[in-house]
Amino acid sequence: MVIRFLEQVGGYFILLKKVFSRPEKPYVYYKQTMHEMVFLGLNSIGIISIISFFMGAVITLQTAYNTENPIYPTYLIGLGCRDSILLEFSSTIAGLILAGKVGSSIASEIGTMRVTEQIDALETMGVNSASYLILPKIIATLLFNPVLTLISISVGIVGGWIAGTSAGVITSQDYIYGIQYAFIPYYVTYAIIKTLFFAFIIATVSAFHGYRIEGGSLEVGQASTKAVVHSSILILLFNVILTQLLLS
Amino acid sequence: MIRVEKLNKAFNGKPVLEDISVTFEAGKTNLIIGRSGSGKTVLLKSIVGLHEIDSGEIWYDEKLFSKLEFQEKKEIRKQIGMLFQGSALFDSRTVEENVRFPLDMFTDQTFEEKTERVNFCLDKVNIKNANSLFPSEISGGMKKRVAIARAIALNPKYLFCDEPNSGLDPLTAILIDELIKEITDEYSMTTIVNTHDMNSVMKIGEKIIFLSDGVKCWEGSNKEILDSDCTTLNDFVFANALAKQLRKSSL
Repeated sequence: MVIRFLEQVGGYFILLKKVFSRPEKPYVYYKQTMHEMVFLGLNSIGIISIISFFMGAVITLQTAYNTENPIYPTYLIGLGCRDSILLEFSSTIAGLILAGKVGSSIASEIGTMRVTEQIDALETMGVNSASYLILPKIIATLLFNPVLTLISISVGIVGGWIAGTSAGVITSQDYIYGIQYAFIPYYVTYAIIKTLFFAFIIATVSAFHGYRIEGGSLEVGQASTKAVVHSSILILLFNVILTQLLLS
Repeated sequence: MIRVEKLNKAFNGKPVLEDISVTFEAGKTNLIIGRSGSGKTVLLKSIVGLHEIDSGEIWYDEKLFSKLEFQEKKEIRKQIGMLFQGSALFDSRTVEENVRFPLDMFTDQTFEEKTERVNFCLDKVNIKNANSLFPSEISGGMKKRVAIARAIALNPKYLFCDEPNSGLDPLTAILIDELIKEITDEYSMTTIVNTHDMNSVMKIGEKIIFLSDGVKCWEGSNKEILDSDCTTLNDFVFANALAKQLRKSSL
């Protein structure tokens, strides 16, 4: 089992070396990156927005019910919602959601290309298939996931405001005061840094599982599952490491 | 010309190809025939470098391909066109984009020049009014023809076809065979075709090698194949009922 694990880790880094070799035709890679930005990034805005909205709503309501004591000023609900979303939810939870959506999509797309010999076709032509298929996905997720995180933060805070004011647990004025109170801009930087790490993990781990498939459609499904599981575990692990490094 | 010398290949210790030596001649349609699992596809993929060989040599004209570095291999690969068993067209690209792909990657032609070349190649394989269709919207025979168009887009010196007739009706299969032969003759390519279709063997097999359990058992042409003494080859050639009956009546 240890040997298999080491083989996987070794294989992952060998693949990364192949991915980061000099592109054959930068213009083709640029076009492919734009395509991936739409496919992996723009198409994820909907799900990220929906989840963030409800996440913000729930955080606000839960904070409100846990701070019912009159000694706590109500604007703390807004502050709590903002910091929870900034520090954890919009980067880590969004990362986990994207590991499911984007990760499985990358693994199954590359895996299907492998089993239908499309990757062999690229190699036969003399194209570096790993770089051509994976590098644009890495660039696209690195560029677009921070945007998704910023969208998630904004929508989450709006979700909290709508839920809080609709449920009557906080006034609009208090909520807006709370989200502005003791704001630390570094928290946004922290969220973006985490997102960048998570984006790299999602794109490369998923691509690795898809690229190494041997077999047929059954293996494509298995690789897709492994991609999501392994990406999620690594996201959680790096969440701890990065939190310690960036906030201590 | 492609020359293979004493090629050996095993998977997980199990030999799949043993001591294969053969010369595939330029300007001819060279066929590799044999039963399913005899090692045809492994041989073809080893020749194009998709499988690392265990021992032996593969020569592309005067270049020892099997010992070249990645970049040098890449240069030879640009002269290779390959038709895969399942066509291997890129699902996310249209017919036109599929044929344009090698031109985008390896030429500095203008968009108009590339479009002209794409249309020429599609015309060559008799595909009309399908430029904007996706692979999922065309038939199996059309997919094979588009894959041939893509394979010849860069005017290759070497053409490889892995089971070009699999999954096709007999008439479409004949059309594909004729197309491969026509292209080979016209551009003097070294063409290697993997097949177990006896119609193809008789129609285009200028040079044939027969593989059985990873070993080369026979070599000759379509004119000699019916008179062979090799019993494994005869079992393969006269496998179907009609062929058996014809042979019986001729004896």
